[in-house]
Order: sequence, then structure tokens, then C-alpha cells
Amino acid sequence: MSMSQEKLESFRRAFPPSRGVEEIPGQDIPTFQVERELLPELARRLKDDPDFDFKMLSDVCGVDWPERQARFDVVYHLYSLTHNHRLRLKVPVSEQDAVVPSVYGVWRAADWFEREVFDMFGVRFSGHPNLKRILCHPSFQGHALRKDYDPGQRWLLREGEQDEPSWAREVQEDEDHFETQVLNLGPSHPATHGTLRTVVRLDGEVITRAECEIGYLHRCFEKMSERHTWNQIIPYTDRLNYCSAMMNGVGYALAVEKLLGVEAPPRAQVIRVILSELSRIMDHIVCIGANLNDVGAMTPFLYVYQAREEIYSLLEACAGGRLTISYVRVGGLANDVPEGFEEAVRYLLRRIPPLVDDMERLITENRIFRQRTEGIGKLSAAEAVDWGWTGPCLRASGVPYDVRKTNPYLGYETYDFKVPIATTGDTYARYLVRVEEIRQSLKIVEQALKRLAPGPIITDNHHVALPPKEKVYTEMEALIWHFKLIMEGMKVPKGEVYGFTEGANGELGFYTISDGGGSPYRLHCRPPCFAVFQAYPHMLEGHMIADSIAILGSLNIIAGELDR
Amino acid sequence: MRNTDVVVCDPKPLRFWQRFYLVEVLKGLGVTLRHFLGNLFGRKYTVTVEWPEVKREYSDRLRGRHVLLTREDGSPRCVACYMCETACPADCIHIEAEEDPTSTVEWEKRPKVFNIDLLRCVFCGLCVDACPKEAIIMTRHHEMAFTGREEAVATIDTLLQKGPIDRIDLGYRPYYGRESRPITLPIPVRVEPAPKAPRPDLAATP
Ligand code: SF4
Ligand code: SF4
Repeated sequence: MSMSQEKLESFRRAFPPSRGVEEIPGQDIPTFQVERELLPELARRLKDDPDFDFKMLSDVCGVDWPERQARFDVVYHLYSLTHNHRLRLKVPVSEQDAVVPSVYGVWRAADWFEREVFDMFGVRFSGHPNLKRILCHPSFQGHALRKDYDPGQRWLLREGEQDEPSWAREVQEDEDHFETQVLNLGPSHPATHGTLRTVVRLDGEVITRAECEIGYLHRCFEKMSERHTWNQIIPYTDRLNYCSAMMNGVGYALAVEKLLGVEAPPRAQVIRVILSELSRIMDHIVCIGANLNDVGAMTPFLYVYQAREEIYSLLEACAGGRLTISYVRVGGLANDVPEGFEEAVRYLLRRIPPLVDDMERLITENRIFRQRTEGIGKLSAAEAVDWGWTGPCLRASGVPYDVRKTNPYLGYETYDFKVPIATTGDTYARYLVRVEEIRQSLKIVEQALKRLAPGPIITDNHHVALPPKEKVYTEMEALIWHFKLIMEGMKVPKGEVYGFTEGANGELGFYTISDGGGSPYRLHCRPPCFAVFQAYPHMLEGHMIADSIAILGSLNIIAGELDR
Repeated sequence: MRNTDVVVCDPKPLRFWQRFYLVEVLKGLGVTLRHFLGNLFGRKYTVTVEWPEVKREYSDRLRGRHVLLTREDGSPRCVACYMCETACPADCIHIEAEEDPTSTVEWEKRPKVFNIDLLRCVFCGLCVDACPKEAIIMTRHHEMAFTGREEAVATIDTLLQKGPIDRIDLGYRPYYGRESRPITLPIPVRVEPAPKAPRPDLAATP
């Protein structure tokens, strides 16, 4: 939802063009181009003024326009939870003087997002406390998302060149603290479930400082997107959050569909809802199961995984793959669900609740589990919003933000479901919220199943979707469309949108810019767990080393999505 | 958001008997025992299979190893149009075309070289969707093992269909005019016949 007219008007009054704020009309959300000198003041005002109340910085990213004088745009996406409105700010900078004031002091969420822009574009952020590369390693040369960067280059990371926190060496020389030591958690730790490295400084068994190093799984999804056609990107989105591949594809397709102005047919939308919600269940099952496993409760993990296995069987029957399903296409789905689909979903609706009940019987009121998780990794609502948290983790801190409710897509406004929240904001609350979300998702699936009516599964707009195969084999015109779509890719009108959906981890955003060509000019993915994970080192301080594992599991960090 | 849309699931305080360790342990044991007995007499909860003796069925959309279909006379249906190569997001198809001496109005080229690097392939099926001649389709063959990178590059000889179409374990392919097999959950499993003689290398070990 965009800002109301009067709010926009008061924004224009407060920051008139004479102060270097220029409105860019005709965008999906109100967009303003801002001089960088004004940014700190503007950001402060936008956050603190109750009229605007942009408490959440959802995303920061860069865009490269090599032919422009001010070559880079730093793009900020803001969100207000109270007014449910959004704003986009663009700060242009030139290549010679690529410095922007950091907004870390206003929103802590800027921490890693600004580092990413620095890493990918070489734009510096003055006043950022720890500005260094984040996704690429320290020996990497150049900035990968600049348009003139040749993706064929290879940079070797040699022994001894890896990233070290500046404080890691200090302590070893300090002889008074012989109890203090620096420890590496990961990158290949059994409890990290993916390659993440956390360097912690211990005082006895208590963590006094921590820093994360990520990027081990970085493959520059965004650069690859610029070199592939719009539909070829679908298999790449599967590999973002691979525990719920369906939802990434849906989120991406919805963003592109928004740009194209097409809509998937009703049947495709219902199938998308059913499979997305089943994927959400799977994702929560993985998160809870792995979290329990890490704190020493193996049995429930095996129980709930039975449900996951059966959901994978269903996905495989629909799409042909289990994990990386590539089922979604822009404008609909790759093919129709097989016969027996409804019966299979009904079977799942019968099968999943008893398994979740059994897990709950073992865990929810379990004294050992509660003592390990209650009060551990606590984050208040205000802090969680400040860090840019979304999804189950934010809701466990008491903020009822769910994109399916605030900005419904795929007809979510017509489904009857509730958003689970908890107020304590600790590891146990995150568990409770996820369990309840599984039950709510089942409710949605049940309702969606009733709406499944026969019909087409992909739009018949031949500028977007491949024509049906029987026509391709027999009709010249269909063959020509087919040929053009495959060889050139669909042509997406010039423009930009920020498409966002509720992924399993929270707000999954795709900021998409098209220059009218067959592939995106720029595709930026706002990964929910990136924002969540940047708070992790700060949450660890004061906790025991064993707690760090319990907290990590409850945050559901998926390296494929984190590192992209 | 309206308040009615929210459900608060805060932790409940532990009740009196929950504070006693023993009662909860016994209740928990009840759950595990039920699963144990259910699995012992009837595999009620199990989804695991004793692979490779027992295999689970896959749907006929499974995206496994590719096959290049042939025409009735045994020549490849492929007309070397490069559409699959262009559509492939992993850049793993390599085609070289040549003039087809048997060409008709319908086609004039055929592939001289058709390589798929199965180590690069992500088995997404976009090549199948792209083919205008239904020449490339996928089978359900997915248990692949190679001893070297060169071996993992499937060439036209290994890709080309051998034998009649009903002998191929058909997987992902364009759907039209045929009924696809319905899905049933739980997925059925089939027991592979035990190998006739023990493998020599296994037999040799004491
Ligand atoms: S399945 Fe996908 S990755 Fe493999 S050859 Fe076909 S298009 Fe390429
Ligand atoms: S798309 Fe089909 S016909 Fe064209 S080159 Fe590929 S396999 Fe051959």
C-alpha cells in the first residue's frame, strides 16, 4: 500500500525540491531522489515523525548506470508498520566520489545491507562502524555487480587471507585475561546447517563478543540474473531458500507479473497457494526439527520429517523435482497438477496434524526444552524492527507483521487464517509461533483445496507464456511465438517494481528493474534471513556458548538465501 | 491489521504435575512407544525405504537423465535448432549441426554433436519445454555415477533412444494427449529382485 495523499503532501512540504528532493512519478511505491547531504536528516525525520513512522528499513541495494554522470543509485526501501505504507529513496552518487552517509545510526538494519552495497558496487558509507566486504572474500578484486565487471574472472582466496574481526588478535596478547579465548564456530560446524562462520570471544564459557562471516555459498544470483532471460531465472530462485523452493519462485514470478501487468489464471493462483503453504510447513518443520536436534532432542525431528517427505513426494509428482522444483513460470505454472492431486493433499491434511501433535506432546511442555530456550536469545519488538526482522522471528517478538495480511497477494485476503504472535521474543517463543503457523497453513490449504476449479494454469498471453505444445507442433504462428520467447526471452516493459511476499522466513522481496529487454537490468533479492542474521552476533553477547546453538537454530538461517 | 487476525501463543506456565520430571518422562515414553510399536507391526509411521533393495516409485514427471528420441527409421528427431541450448540456464548443452542428406521440407539439419554435461545440468527441464520437435525428453533414470568428468558428458550416442519407446522409463516430457499417472500418497515402493549372484568383488572379500 502506498502512502496516503495527505502524508505524501506533508512529506513534499517538509522536503521540497529546493532542498534537493525530487519526486519520481509513476512508480509502484512513492519514490524520491535525494541528495546525499540531506540523507541523514531525512532518514531521522522519516523514522521519528509519527506522521511517517518508517520504523523499518526493509532493504538497501545499489544499481549501476554506467552511462550516467552519477553512476550509482543507492536505493532504500522503507516500511511503516503502523501506517502500512512504503517509500523508496534513491541516492545517486558518482564513481569518483562514491560515498554516502551511513544510516546505521538511524536503522541498525542498514548494517549488512550497506556492507553488501559496498562489496558489490564499491560505494562507501561514511560513518558505518564495520565497512568491509561481506559476501565476497577479502582477496576479491573489483565489484561484482558493476556492469563492467566480467563474471568470468576467478579470484583465489589463499591461506591466511581470510577475514578476521579486528578484535580477534587483541585478546591473545592481553595476559590478564588468561580465561579469555577466541573460538571459531563453523564454517563447518554440525549445528550451523550450512556454511556460516561465527568468531566468538569467550570469557570462560560466556560469549563477550561475536562477529559473523558469511558468503561461503555466494554465487552472485543477482549477476547471473542479469545474464539470463526472465524465465531462465526460475531454476536459480529455487536455490535461494531451498527448504521452500516453491515460495521463492512464486515471489519472483509475482514481481515480474506486476511489472508485466499480467495475472496468473485462478487455478494457477490456487495451486500456488496450496503448494506455497505446504512449503511453508516444510520449512518450519526443517527449522523446528533442526533446532530440536541441535539442543539434543532427536526424536521429534524424525517424526515431523515424515510429513516433509510426503510433501516432497507431492511436489515431485507436480513438478518433476523434489528440492529444486522449478514449477512456477511467469504468468502461471509449468504444467497442471497430476490426477489425484486433491486426494493427495487431503491425505496430507490428515497426515500432518497427528505428527505435529506428537512433536508437541514431546516438546512443548517439556521442562528441559523450556529451560534451554526460555529467556535465551531475547529480542524486544522495537529492536527486532530496528534490525529489519520479518517473518516468524519478528512475530515471536510481538509484532504482527505478515505480508499475507498487510499486502495480500494471490487472494490471501479471502482466506480465513490468523497470524500467530508471541510477546516474549525468545527462542521458545519462536518455536511456538512456528508450530502455530504450521496449523494455520494447514487451514489455508484446506480452504484453497475447496476452490480448486478446472481451468488454464498459465496465461494465454503469448508475449509471456510459451504456447501449448500441440499448437507449437502444428501451427506456424504458435511456433514463431515459441521461437521468439525461447531465443530472445519475453520482453518486460521498462520500469521497476519491488515485489514482496511472505516467505517462510519473512518478507521476501524482489526489486526488479527492466530496461525493456529479454533479461532483467537489475534483480535484487531481499533475503529475509539476511536481516535476521545480522542481529545474531549482538544477541550472543552475554550468552553461554551452548545457547548460541539454540539461538541459531531458532532463527532459521538458510545459507542459500543468506549468501545468494 | 485487525486484532482478530492475530492469535497470541505465549508460553503457558508449567502446571503442577509437569514440574515432576517422572510423569512427563512416562508420557513422552508413551508417544515413542506408540511409534515404535506402530512401526514394528506394520510400518505405520515409516517413510524410509531400504534402498537399494527397495525403491520408491517416482511420478512420470521425474526429471532424470535425458534421452533424444528417434523417428521411426531410427534417425534422431532433433533438427539441431539450438532452442534447447539457448533455453538451458546452466549452459550445459553443446550442439553442432550438419546438413541432413535425408532432409525434407520439414527439416534440413541434424545434430553432428549433441553433448550434455550432466555435472553442470541442474535437471530443470527447460530444454524439454523448449524443444519444438519433442526430440529431447527426460527419463526417470536418476541414479548416475561417474568416475571422471569426461564420462559425465553424455554424447549423442549415449543420449539417443535405443529400442522402442515403451521400453524407456519415461519421465518429464511435454504433456498432451496422454494421461499422466495419478499420484497416490503415501508413495508406493517396489522391491527389486535380489541380484542373482553376489558381485565378484564382494564375494572375494572374506
Ligand atoms: S535440464 Fe535444464 S540444465 Fe539440464 S540440460 Fe536441460 S535445460 Fe539444461
Ligand atoms: S530444441 Fe529439440 S530439435 Fe532443437 S536442437 Fe534441441 S533437441 Fe534438437
